[in-house]
Amino acid sequence: MYRYDQYDQAIVDARVEEFRDQVARRLSGALTEDQFKPLRLMNGLYLQLHAYMLRVAVPYGTLDSRQMRMLGHIARTYDRGYGHFTTRQNIQFNWIKLEDAPEILAELATVEMHAIQTSGNCIRNISSDQFAGAAADEVTDPRPWAELIRQWSTFHPEFTYLPRKFKIAVIASDTDRAAMRLHDIGIQLVKRDGRIGARVFAGGGMGRTPMIAPEIAEFVPAEELLSFLEACLRVYNRHGRRDNIYKARIKILIHDLGADEYRRQVEEEHVAVKALGLDPPLAELDRIAAMFGDPPFESVESPLVPNGDAAFAAWLDQNTSAHKHPGYRVVTISLKPIGGIPGDASADQIDLMADLAERYSFDELRVTHAQNIVLPHVAARDLFAVWSALRDAGLAEANLDLISDIIACPGLDYCSLANARSIPLAQKIATRFGANGRQQELGELKLKISGCINACGHHHAGHIGVLGVDRKGVENFQLLLGGSGAEDVSLARITGPGFSEDGVVDAIEKVTDLYLARREDGERFLDTYRRLGMEPFKEVIYG
Amino acid sequence: MADRDATDVAGDPSPALRQDAAGEQPAVTLEAFLSQDDAHAVRLEAGDDARALLPRLAQLKLVEISFPSFRDGRGYSAARILREAGFMGELRAQGDVLVDQVPHMIRCGFNSFAPEAAIDPEVLKRSVERYAAVYQRGADAAEPVWRRRHG
Repeated sequence: MYRYDQYDQAIVDARVEEFRDQVARRLSGALTEDQFKPLRLMNGLYLQLHAYMLRVAVPYGTLDSRQMRMLGHIARTYDRGYGHFTTRQNIQFNWIKLEDAPEILAELATVEMHAIQTSGNCIRNISSDQFAGAAADEVTDPRPWAELIRQWSTFHPEFTYLPRKFKIAVIASDTDRAAMRLHDIGIQLVKRDGRIGARVFAGGGMGRTPMIAPEIAEFVPAEELLSFLEACLRVYNRHGRRDNIYKARIKILIHDLGADEYRRQVEEEHVAVKALGLDPPLAELDRIAAMFGDPPFESVESPLVPNGDAAFAAWLDQNTSAHKHPGYRVVTISLKPIGGIPGDASADQIDLMADLAERYSFDELRVTHAQNIVLPHVAARDLFAVWSALRDAGLAEANLDLISDIIACPGLDYCSLANARSIPLAQKIATRFGANGRQQELGELKLKISGCINACGHHHAGHIGVLGVDRKGVENFQLLLGGSGAEDVSLARITGPGFSEDGVVDAIEKVTDLYLARREDGERFLDTYRRLGMEPFKEVIYG
Repeated sequence: MADRDATDVAGDPSPALRQDAAGEQPAVTLEAFLSQDDAHAVRLEAGDDARALLPRLAQLKLVEISFPSFRDGRGYSAARILREAGFMGELRAQGDVLVDQVPHMIRCGFNSFAPEAAIDPEVLKRSVERYAAVYQRGADAAEPVWRRRHG
């Protein structure tokens, strides 16, 4: 894991003091709300329907137990005893008082954490593969690169008032667990002639105009990556639209210019800026990478201990994944209990996950973009103990990537932008399919719900997506099919007219029934949809 | 266009931010500058292309860059482009220039400020001096931390 040196700590400490000063000026009236808003947003502080919401950064989703316990402490001390893990691998606290915010940031700084650039029209938290460092298929650990980009993007003086927010993801395997091509910039680290470099995609995103990022560069060497990103951002900062907030993301610029013209401008800019000495020496990447070395895995294989417990066996099968080191598994802790709020965890649960990480996973945890928590390095012999502890805490739902493992935005229960409530719908869907083995029968089925067109719940990337809209003052839910945020990336298509909350649950049942009736060997829901096309699904819903 | 005084932030001239005397000639529009030979001061609107100035940079003493709203960050790129091209004269940020933006502006090469609303000099001082370390190379003299780490 990355550890701050005196410079990193000084920067975060200075930020705490800066924000304390800004809050004091706001409370004294020296700053208007309009002037304060972009300042607090750049510290992740949103004014929501009922209170301030604070979004804390979890760079590339990686935490240690000390940091995780701090999140539990904040939930307990400053919130109502829980936190909400987000699709950007961060955590949000929904019931924060403005005057407490500087003290929370000060507490976070004691464990090398912050809320810098978790909102605002700037470069946001860098996201990555939650299996980084544990996945068997990666060419390298993507997190040192993500950390390099985190530092470059932190308080970047030129890119703090971009046309719109800017999200970057870094992965390092052909399997995409981070929705890489649905980012403003997506980077896949690849190996060429024995060297690692960045394959760069730009102009992807969800929101009201979803787009899949085209490739902008097939291989940028490590020693030029930051100047290349500088060029990408400068072209966007200068030419991205500022007249219409809905057309201000880089995807619109690249769509309007065309990927070839954008690439030409970036390359021209890159020639100019790379001569300025913007790129750190490779020794800096090496310095960071040294902190992400393998933990001391035991070389003795520890085979899975046979165990007669059926619930354990189901969890083992569903929620653990192959690890690069023999005798270890990657554990995904589902934050999607049937009937619960997707991504929520109580302070006690947060503490328990920290304890398990410390004891069984070399002190490491990850937050996933699907709003779950990962223990990346668990020895097979410890799996039963981990599962037992999770079960006792209500955290052993065996539903990873099943229909009840729903991504949902906070929706109208919290969010001032929402048109519809996402959480009650997620609860209804999970309850309908979560019993009697129904979801296991359906297999991998990624269902994602957004409570408005801004698509925080990633509905465009759902095998099944649901979009809540307001229709003449009544919540209405549109159904979408066929999206994917994985390496087979695609955008979901809307089926037709929307439904009531119960109506859309019924419609989902109809399309999944059709899938069960028509699937061929080994097909996931998404595969069957792609083979059959939209028509038969529309027929069963509306026919 | 009205002539704007080259007021320093809050009317408090700060030598650290100035490398030369304030321009005395009124700044003309980019269009006017390009169509006449003898102007030494130009004003760029947020959407103007700073690169249009590059062929005649040597004759310029003052470039004033407009910030119609503090949210409009195009001027930061314009400033860096001019500094990267070797412009050594006065680079002035004019408009909706707020105290919390000034440190970023300095890092992008601005060395004078004409804010529409007065800035509290005490707050400014704290703001400008707050960060002892920066992560990236800018147009200012600050050494990025990677340089300090690796020499």
